Amino acid sequence: MTRWRGAVMHELSLCRSLLRQILEVAEQHRVLAVTVVRLQVGPLSGVEPELLKTAFPLAAAGTLAESAKLNLTATCIEVYCGSCKKRSRAASNQLSCTSCGSCSTQLVSGDELILESVELTLDELSAIKCP
Amino acid sequence: MCVDCGCGKPPGISGPQETASISLLQNLHQQNQDLAAHNREHFSSAGTLVLNLMSSPGAGKTALLEATLRTLQKHYRCAVLEGDLETELDAQRIRALDIPVVQITTGSACHLDAQLVHNALHGMDLAEIDLLFIENVGNLVCPASFDLGQHLNVVLLSVTEGDDKPAKYPVMFRTADLLVISKLDLLPHVGDFRIDRAENFLRALASPAPIISLSARSGAGLDEWLAWLHAHKAQSPVDEARVVENGGAG
Repeated sequence: MTRWRGAVMHELSLCRSLLRQILEVAEQHRVLAVTVVRLQVGPLSGVEPELLKTAFPLAAAGTLAESAKLNLTATCIEVYCGSCKKRSRAASNQLSCTSCGSCSTQLVSGDELILESVELTLDELSAIKCP
Repeated sequence: MCVDCGCGKPPGISGPQETASISLLQNLHQQNQDLAAHNREHFSSAGTLVLNLMSSPGAGKTALLEATLRTLQKHYRCAVLEGDLETELDAQRIRALDIPVVQITTGSACHLDAQLVHNALHGMDLAEIDLLFIENVGNLVCPASFDLGQHLNVVLLSVTEGDDKPAKYPVMFRTADLLVISKLDLLPHVGDFRIDRAENFLRALASPAPIISLSARSGAGLDEWLAWLHAHKAQSPVDEARVVENGGAG
């Protein structure tokens, strides 16, 4: 198992899940290479984007995605206030309502870790096939 | 012409470098979440209440378990899953109390996941267990992102760590169904830890989790913690599952 600073970061195990999902898609098409992988990463997802970028090439080595570019989009934290019924932006350690100060808010977005899309280079046979 | 459907697209025109963009919108945690849901079904159908204990290393998870199990084993059939990077030291401490324990040695992985827990379940007979404690790997970061199938998350914060930890590790502390402030006996010696400040930081995360301050060493606060466990055990996981199935109607 690949180690990083003595311990395997959880970003690496997430990259392995990511690779499984990407390669499943690649198998369904005749793919020469996966060129771009787009992810949405929320500040409350528990994932450090820089570590994800470090881990991805380790997980992708020797696969169709080994040269893929990892594009990360940071999402915003938004909460819905159960008291004043408003949505507002929030910070990761300040999730109370910015309008009324209530702590009874629900997270609307900010904890997502989503494989948004992939770009693939298709081989000739696949390229002339209808989807 | 297209070899499949004859749509008129002549072969060779696009060359081997044609690209495609495929929209997926898949949750990266999905595989773990599916397995965790599977584990939870096992637990609930066996009537086993499962608690996931998380904290930084050295916050006193094993000490709390020792103090808890001494009393709790008179009321319930308890068992422990021990997650550690290395050694069976914690498992040996629990085994000394005559409590069934399965050690998961993660090697170098910084967290337990649903698959590791599922594998460990093969060494347990859930029908013989009322309460299962999972002692996660000591770490305030990684375990927060991996559902194991537990019913409740208990996060420990020892007074020696500082009262600002909920603000510094929001992902972890948001998951807490209960915050245990541990090593209360040391509070007089660490002048700058304030329980009210820790609570304010937790509430700022929109967490309604109750807070119990205790010392496994002196026994202070243990009654409140045991009462919390009894109250949750009294709500059988099986019954809770039925309530959810009935759309909360009862």
